[in-house]
Amino acid sequence: MEGSKGAKLTAKTIKWISPLFQAAAFLLALSFTTLILLAVGAPPGQAYLNILKGAFGNTNSIANVLVVWAPLLLTTVGVLITFSAGLWNIGVEGQVTLGAIFTTWVLRLLQESALPPWLIILLAMLAGMLGGALWAALAGALKTFGGVNEIFGGLGLNFVATALTLWLIFGPWKRPGTGSMSGTLPFPETLWLPTLSGLRLSPWALGLALLAVVVVYLMLRGTRFGLRLKAVGKNMRAAYLLGVPTWQHMMASFLLCGLLAGLAGALQVTAVYHRLIPSISSGYGFLGLLVAMLVNYQAVWAVPVALFFAALNIGSIQLPIVLRLDSSLAGVLQGLLVLSVLLVEGARQQIMKRLRLSDESAPVEERP
Amino acid sequence: MTNEQLLLGLASVLAAAAPVLFAVIGETISERAGVINLSMNGTILLTAMGSFAVALRTNSLWLGFLTGMAIGALVALIVAFSSITLKQSQVAVGFVLALLCRDLAYFLGNPYMNIPGPRLLAVPIPGLAQLPYVGTLFFNHTVITYLSFVMIFLAWAWIFKTRPGLMLQGIGERPAAAFVRGANVNRMRYLYTVIGGAIIGLAGPAYSLSVKAGWAGTISGLDGIGWIALSITIFGGWNPLRAAFGSYLFAFLQWLGLVLQARLPNIPSQVLQVAPFPLMILTLLLVNIGDAEWVARTLALLPTGLRRLAVRFLRALRASPPAALGVPFESE
Repeated sequence: MEGSKGAKLTAKTIKWISPLFQAAAFLLALSFTTLILLAVGAPPGQAYLNILKGAFGNTNSIANVLVVWAPLLLTTVGVLITFSAGLWNIGVEGQVTLGAIFTTWVLRLLQESALPPWLIILLAMLAGMLGGALWAALAGALKTFGGVNEIFGGLGLNFVATALTLWLIFGPWKRPGTGSMSGTLPFPETLWLPTLSGLRLSPWALGLALLAVVVVYLMLRGTRFGLRLKAVGKNMRAAYLLGVPTWQHMMASFLLCGLLAGLAGALQVTAVYHRLIPSISSGYGFLGLLVAMLVNYQAVWAVPVALFFAALNIGSIQLPIVLRLDSSLAGVLQGLLVLSVLLVEGARQQIMKRLRLSDESAPVEERP
Repeated sequence: MTNEQLLLGLASVLAAAAPVLFAVIGETISERAGVINLSMNGTILLTAMGSFAVALRTNSLWLGFLTGMAIGALVALIVAFSSITLKQSQVAVGFVLALLCRDLAYFLGNPYMNIPGPRLLAVPIPGLAQLPYVGTLFFNHTVITYLSFVMIFLAWAWIFKTRPGLMLQGIGERPAAAFVRGANVNRMRYLYTVIGGAIIGLAGPAYSLSVKAGWAGTISGLDGIGWIALSITIFGGWNPLRAAFGSYLFAFLQWLGLVLQARLPNIPSQVLQVAPFPLMILTLLLVNIGDAEWVARTLALLPTGLRRLAVRFLRALRASPPAALGVPFESE
């Protein structure tokens, strides 16, 4: 009886101590960023206020935050699927790019055709999803059949995707005259995904992204497939011995992530830039990996955290003009946030372990 | 292209490979001890910026290089602390640091953009620099390039020819066995990760104070080098000599891209600059494919002579990582 009482207390402690540690991590990141700002002689309060105003100051800026939010959500929930299968899909960046390339390709092919514009856009976006999935399948095949770690295969494929984009922009798809870093010729307005009047925000993009979150959440939570995926991710050998076809599940997770990343790329073309530009992925693939790590691989939390990250990205755009600071401050804060959450979580686990050593009966806590 | 131009070109390849070499050798040492330092891409950018800033302010190149090593060691220390002491995923922490250090470099480097600064000059080695061919190729470089030559053999000899090096292999391959032999596995891992990080930290200043002098922010062209260095580490099979070969091959291909660009005006220059990357994937595939099960099955179907040849070829290319790479060690 004594033992079970001790266990109860520990479980309770875990419950209230966890958010406390997370708050500590947030404060740690914020104070470190403040120190960095002070070190370069910038007024921290003004910098934060500027980011806040830049992100939520008016309807226009709020819309711009949501424009970033949609593709970021897609890449985040995409890599949540591969994380579930225990895979580090760093190639997500290239998968976004390939999505954009395929979308541009179909738009170029069909823009002169007699098909109704909505059908052209639909086909182009489906092609984008296919492109992303194809690129992910390549990383998956390298991993499954070639023994190439998905991190290195993915990184290589990211570079190839960038090269492909540049080649298309300066080669076959170049603007009349000479190609330029500003990208291919913009598509006619009929081929743009409809936006809210006067804003850059497309409700379609937003709807698709939120739909993806719901689907991925339900899939990982309540389906057989999701459960098996997690089994593969947690212990591949045990899953294999229990009859789960392991490599097929890993491949499927790559394909699904590729589909979502490809959709993000398709949105970048049809809803945001209306053409192919050299940095079409805008780094949303890597940022999605960060968000996924920050939310401890939980799809629901991706929604607010991705919004926060998107707000940082948009809010920092004005920094160079107003305060003569580089806009990479957003990236610094995002990185510090994830780093301190990882470190604080590690510290918490070690402390818990020490406590548990003195109380052997406490429940064992597992974490992916 | 005349003989002289070719020689100068090849000498420039040796110089351009120096930063990559530091990164690859530093990573090799760290991974030999069982710790993946995935932060390299950011570390290179941050050390390039930091070293340049310090060298510019103090007007001392040496302080610049020291700053680079200190930053590299510090970043590696964070990786070591979080993975060895806190038992967090090395890949996760390394990846975050890769992005964080990159953005930190861009943020802090803002005031130092496009300012002319100090630069390492070539020091011809008296007597040797005048030798035909060899002199131009090997003995007319900056100190940091000479150091890169020495580093290859130093690292190789340390890992494979000394007792502590044997222990280093042990803590990466079979930490439990090394522990029984009296090695303090985790302390050694700390040590080698930090030393590896300091060597990686030389890569940044080797760019910003020598090969690509100055700091130009996002257009410095250094973003991505760290990821390449990471794949060269694998290609190099965790052996400094083979890693050096990979680094020189990469630098050679980039130089070839520049040379070809003048001859093939139809291919955009941006494409030739990234041409080595697909080749890198291909080599990674060749290095790893020998381990795949289906390859063994396919090979079994081949006639004996051909099979032996294929097996020998794949085995020569193959490289297996240290067995305990990325696996935390607990003595109890």
